[in-house]
Amino acid sequence: MKFAILVFPGSGCDIDMYHAVNTVLGNKAEYIWHTEANLDGYDAVLIPSGASYGDYLRPGALAQSSQAIVSLKEFAATGKPVLGVGNGFQILAEAGLLPGAFLRNKGLKFRSGRTKLTVLNTDSTFTADYENGQEITIPFAHEFGNYYVDEKTVEELKRTNRIVFTYADDNADGSTADIAGVLNETGNVLGMMPLPERAVEEIIGGTDGLPLFNSILKRWSENNVSQA
Amino acid sequence: MSAKHEPNAQQIKDEQLYRQMGMTDEEFDRAAEMLGRLPNYTETGLFSALWSEHCSYKSSKPVLRKFPTDGPRVLQGPGEGAGIVDIGDNQAAVFKMESHNSPSAIEPFIGAATGAGGVLRDVFSMGARPVALVNSLRFGDLSDARDRYLFEEAVAGIASYGNAIGIPTIAGEVQFDNCYSKRPLVNAMAVGLLNHEDIQKGIASGVGNSVMYAGATTGRDGIHGATMSSSEVKDGEIPVMQAGDPFLEKLVMEACLELVKSDALIGIQDMGAAGLTSSAAEMASKAGYGVELNLDLVPQREEGMTAYEMMLSESQERMLIVVKKGREQEVTDLFAKYNIQAVTIGKVTDDKMLRLLHKGEVVAEVSADALAEDAPVYHKKSEEPAYFREFQAMEMTEPVVADLNETLKDLLQRPTIASKEWVYNQFDTQARSNTVVAPGSSAGVIRVSGTNKGLAMTSDCNSRFVYLDPETGGKIAVAEAARNLICSGAEPIAITDCLNFGSADKPEVFWQLEKSADGISDACRKLNAPVISGNVSLSNEVNGVPIYPTPTIGMVGLIHDLSQVTTTEFKSAGDVIYVIGEASLDFGGSELQQMMEGKIFGQAPAIDLEVEAARQKELLTAIQAGLVQSATDLSEGGFAVALCEKAFGAEGLGAGVTVSGSAVTALFSETQSRFLVTVKEEKAADFEKAVADAIKIGVVTDSNRIVINGENGMLIDGTVDELRSAWKGAIQCLLNSEA
Repeated sequence: MKFAILVFPGSGCDIDMYHAVNTVLGNKAEYIWHTEANLDGYDAVLIPSGASYGDYLRPGALAQSSQAIVSLKEFAATGKPVLGVGNGFQILAEAGLLPGAFLRNKGLKFRSGRTKLTVLNTDSTFTADYENGQEITIPFAHEFGNYYVDEKTVEELKRTNRIVFTYADDNADGSTADIAGVLNETGNVLGMMPLPERAVEEIIGGTDGLPLFNSILKRWSENNVSQA
Repeated sequence: MSAKHEPNAQQIKDEQLYRQMGMTDEEFDRAAEMLGRLPNYTETGLFSALWSEHCSYKSSKPVLRKFPTDGPRVLQGPGEGAGIVDIGDNQAAVFKMESHNSPSAIEPFIGAATGAGGVLRDVFSMGARPVALVNSLRFGDLSDARDRYLFEEAVAGIASYGNAIGIPTIAGEVQFDNCYSKRPLVNAMAVGLLNHEDIQKGIASGVGNSVMYAGATTGRDGIHGATMSSSEVKDGEIPVMQAGDPFLEKLVMEACLELVKSDALIGIQDMGAAGLTSSAAEMASKAGYGVELNLDLVPQREEGMTAYEMMLSESQERMLIVVKKGREQEVTDLFAKYNIQAVTIGKVTDDKMLRLLHKGEVVAEVSADALAEDAPVYHKKSEEPAYFREFQAMEMTEPVVADLNETLKDLLQRPTIASKEWVYNQFDTQARSNTVVAPGSSAGVIRVSGTNKGLAMTSDCNSRFVYLDPETGGKIAVAEAARNLICSGAEPIAITDCLNFGSADKPEVFWQLEKSADGISDACRKLNAPVISGNVSLSNEVNGVPIYPTPTIGMVGLIHDLSQVTTTEFKSAGDVIYVIGEASLDFGGSELQQMMEGKIFGQAPAIDLEVEAARQKELLTAIQAGLVQSATDLSEGGFAVALCEKAFGAEGLGAGVTVSGSAVTALFSETQSRFLVTVKEEKAADFEKAVADAIKIGVVTDSNRIVINGENGMLIDGTVDELRSAWKGAIQCLLNSEA
């Protein structure tokens, strides 16, 4: 399976994603610079965290108007998986691929650490390897992690089972309905503020992020076997 | 202001205008003598900036010569952007600590942010990829609103820069003392990694090669920052501060790290303090060549800038690059990928002059060596202060403590001792996925990507000890940094320092500088940690009162095998607790003394470097042999605080121990060269053989209590939860207070 990691100017955590996929999972990920965003031949797209375009205007706002996002939208429309974490989630929301918007953290300060998440939906491409209701610990680092959606959208998200992760006991940044990660309508685009790529090895941040990547890989090989 | 309104050379002399730029009469005369004529306005500016203490070390040079700077691992000692030490496998660690005290006293957010930005450029200009940030911060005790503001904003500023550029902050220290009220110390350290063949230097060599300018445009911000940083902040004086842009720096950094792989590159240097002046003059001088710049070609963000303004600007995120003639376009194209401009602004010459052209005229022509090398060196007057003699003569007595449990709780809430979570939770500590130990333990540890090795890093200085006895305090600063590395399982390999002092014109301050340098040098020799880079910040005074002498030590250690990484917190119930070294009557400069008396006095704790080195070696050997579960050194607050901290980081564990001797001394004395270690029961015998001075005092329990018994019954009995919550919440609580 071949992953593309979209790199915008200022995407600092592209290296974390690259390390997780190539070194730890032993799979193949390539950096795709935002100006040369041809996504043909890739099976999944990863949008890393960081501060694309220096977070100027709003986090994700400038990246969403780049050429790369045009290609990304075409890619997402084919139903192949797209994962945006941290700033990557913010970019997906700004680009309209996911609902909602981001406010500054409730405490008005950048916060980093590890947080407990509850896995709510294990049917998705990204979560099949988790148990329903499982609590996992995932690192996070953000200043605009306060996810906002209106009440009507929350109801819609709940009804369609698109909230896949919620903050289990510490929603300190103030996200609506404790939401930590959501899917798009077709279930192939996931955005989440915590950073699963930083939780793939015991020595750095635990391994609770591994099942997420394994889920993607498993789903892909199932589909490819059935096609073959 | 245009050039024609600038005063002429004769006016500068007659009206002593050089004094406004921080030059003395003697320095001006010396510059004129070297030139063989009176310097014009621009030239006077060049001399004043490069002959400032910040750039020339003119007052501190005789002191800095004392430092050991050599060792088998040293690949680059002081003199370049950052020092370099070999870590094996053809890799090297590159690091440097730098102060940004003056800017942070005026505009703490921007001042602290640009401090982090500047030191990162020092590291990547050597060809190294920065992999971690460390900081060392000092503020007033938070009872004053201005100090709370300085603290909050400086932390936010450092966070904003490091987080946005994507480099984790993995270690640091914060000390609170009113000697830093309104004059905070903001010292930032960056650590990078490179392969030996990628080492770059700031040199401009090869006649005809091109001098290129890359990065941000030049504006009028930060003009004379180097001079400002070498002077005292006076009320109501607000210079134009340089602001930082981490986004731009990220792009400049990526471009530079791509550039260092190209054989078109001859030399590269950051335009830091004194901007274009220092980088051009230093690169020429180091290489034994000259540089000619056409200032019309310098990218400018404001109209009508004069040569003087361009040369003295400290606009951030700019690099000066020398490339082989004919290869300029490649470099321009490389930077263009990152939307960064890189333009040719001059060339290397053979006449050893720094020559500046502006609007078709030669506006300055000065020997590069005269600027970069020939600053006057001052042997300042040194005098032992009266307070020192007085303190040395004091008879020390044990403080009288009414309630040991309450005193321990009070100590845990002292901001210098309390949890620094409030600070480091604002830093991205995990970026780049190599952080093995994040802030909160003795030292931060990162994995060296692709190997089984790690780098541990720490910053330390107990300035109260340095004030009471600079030589002893200097030794303690180095020893404590080394202890923090040892406790993490690392072998100390080198240090960088920031010498933060008051005005060196005061003989007592200069004496503090000299004596502390003696102490640092002794300890560095004994502990095999040479000084490979550093920075001097003098004139840290408010209204004429100097800060405590604060020679901050940034130390890096090598972890040979990541399985040897050790942390502070208890690991499991039943583990045996050992203290290494006995307590004696050491309360001079202690947290307990400051808390009870509101001041410090007497003698600093004694330190015997032989004992220190022996214990460190034994403990490290025991850790490397897998005998140790957890380790921490005893520092501010003494034994009881250290024991609590070991329980705070663990879940559901406590301790039951018995100590000997007088209770207050056993619990709170700050005797040096001591450690608290836990060991699995089955390894206890081996550990005792390995560490001669280890004293078995008790066990880790699953009771959620800290119980300390003395010779005549129970001294301390408290729940871990209660003590922890006092320790955790103290800084937030002080910030919420409306004094």
